[in-house]
Amino acid sequence: MNLDWIVRESDSILVLLVWHLGLSVVPVVIGLAMALPLGWVAHRSGAFKSVVLGTTGLLYTVPSLALFVMLPSILGTRILDPLNVVVALTVYTVALLVRTVSDGLDSVPVETVQAAQAMGYRTLQRLVSVELPVAVPVIAAGLRVAVVSNVSVVSIAALIGTQQLGLLFTQGAQLRFLTPIIVGIVLCLVLAVVLDGLVVLLARRLTPWTPRAVHA
Amino acid sequence: MIDYLLDPAHWTGSDSIGTLLVQHLIYTGLSLLVAAVIGVPIGLYVGHTGKGTFFIAGVANALRALPTLGLVILLVIVIAPAFASELAFVIPSLIVLVLLAIPPIMTNTYAGVRAVDAAAVDAAVGMGYRPLKVLFAVQVPCALPLILSGFRGATLQVISTATIAAYVSLGGLGRLIIDGRAQNDYDQMLAGAVLVAALALLVDLGIGLIGRFAVSPGLTRRRIRATAAQPVLATTATA
Repeated sequence: MNLDWIVRESDSILVLLVWHLGLSVVPVVIGLAMALPLGWVAHRSGAFKSVVLGTTGLLYTVPSLALFVMLPSILGTRILDPLNVVVALTVYTVALLVRTVSDGLDSVPVETVQAAQAMGYRTLQRLVSVELPVAVPVIAAGLRVAVVSNVSVVSIAALIGTQQLGLLFTQGAQLRFLTPIIVGIVLCLVLAVVLDGLVVLLARRLTPWTPRAVHA
Repeated sequence: MIDYLLDPAHWTGSDSIGTLLVQHLIYTGLSLLVAAVIGVPIGLYVGHTGKGTFFIAGVANALRALPTLGLVILLVIVIAPAFASELAFVIPSLIVLVLLAIPPIMTNTYAGVRAVDAAAVDAAVGMGYRPLKVLFAVQVPCALPLILSGFRGATLQVISTATIAAYVSLGGLGRLIIDGRAQNDYDQMLAGAVLVAALALLVDLGIGLIGRFAVSPGLTRRRIRATAAQPVLATTATA
C-alpha cells in the first residue's frame, strides 16, 4: 500500500466515488419505479406473469460487458456515454425487481386484502395504502440484492472507459500497482455496505408495525 | 457487425471466433467442475447437518458485493509472478472464476436440502435408511431443482466474468470486446458482445433442458399442482 498515492489522488478518487454512487443508485430508483407497475400486473394476471418473468429472466442472462457494448448500437449513444451504464443497470434492476414485487404482493395475506376491500378501498387506493406497505419487507430484500450487485457491476464499465471506481482497477493493471486496486475494492465494498444499510433503514421506517429488538 | 461475423478471415487461424468460443467454453466448464467439487459437498453437509448456516450466508453476501474486475486484476498481479509462460494469466483468472461459482452452487445446494419436506426425510429414516442413503436417495433428488438453479446462476456468472478476464489476457470471446476497444473497432466489439450474449442464453436454455429430464417426475408433478393452486388464491384475493 502506498499511502502517499492515496493522499495525492484523493480528489480524483472522490470524483470517481461520486460517479460510482450515482451510477449504482440512479438505475435502482428508475428500475424500482418501472418494476412496481410491471410486478403488479404480473401479480394480477397469471398469463402475463409468465411472459413478464420470462422476458426479464432472459434479459438477466445477458452478461454485463456484452450489454454495455450492445447498448450504444441500440440507443444510438456514444460508447463512453454514462447513459449506457445507467440503461444496462436499469435493465438488470427491473429484471430482478419485477419478480420481487410480484412475490411481495403475492405474500400479502388474503384476509388483509379482503378487509381493505370490505372497508371500501378502491383497487389503486388499496394497492398504495395496504398491499404495497405490507409487501415492503419482501421488496426491500430484492432491493438490497439489486443495490449491492449494481455496485459491483458498475465497476465493469471501466473496461469501456466510463468514469467510476472501476477505473482504479484498470489503472492499477496498467501500472502493475496494487494500491489503486485495493482502494477501489475497499471503496466498492464500503459503498455496498452503506447502501445496503440505507435500504434496511428505509424499509424499517416504512414498516413501523414490524416487531424489532427491544432496547433496554 | 454482421459483416464482421460473416468475414471468413475471422473464422480461421489461431485467434478465430471458433477458437475463442471453444476457449470460453473450456474455461467455463473447468471452473464449474472445480466449483462443484468444492461447493456441492459443503452445501450438502451444511444442509444435511444444519451446521455452519451462518458461514454460508456470510460468504454468499460478501462475494456478491466484491467487484469482480478488481478481484481478477488483483489476483493476476499478485499470483502471476509465480508462474512462467501463459499460465500466469490463465491460473489467476480461473481461480477467480471458481471463487465466484462456488457461492451460488453452495448456497442453493444447502437451501435445496433444507427445503426438502421433513415428512419425506422422517419416512426415509423410519424405513431404516442410513444417513448417507437419506441424503442421496431422498434429499438430493428432492433438492435437485434448486441445486440446478444454483448451477444456472454460477454458469452465467462464470461466462460473464470470463469475458471480463479477457482484460488480463485470458482467451475467450471477451478478447473480441477488449481488443476491439483497444483498436477502436466497434464492429468487432459488437460481434463479441452478441456472441457472448448468445452463448449465455444458449447455455442457460441447455441447463433448463437438463433440469427437465433430470428432475424426478414425482417432484415436477407436485410443482405443477402447487403453481396451479396459486392463481385460485390470487383470484380470491383480487375478486
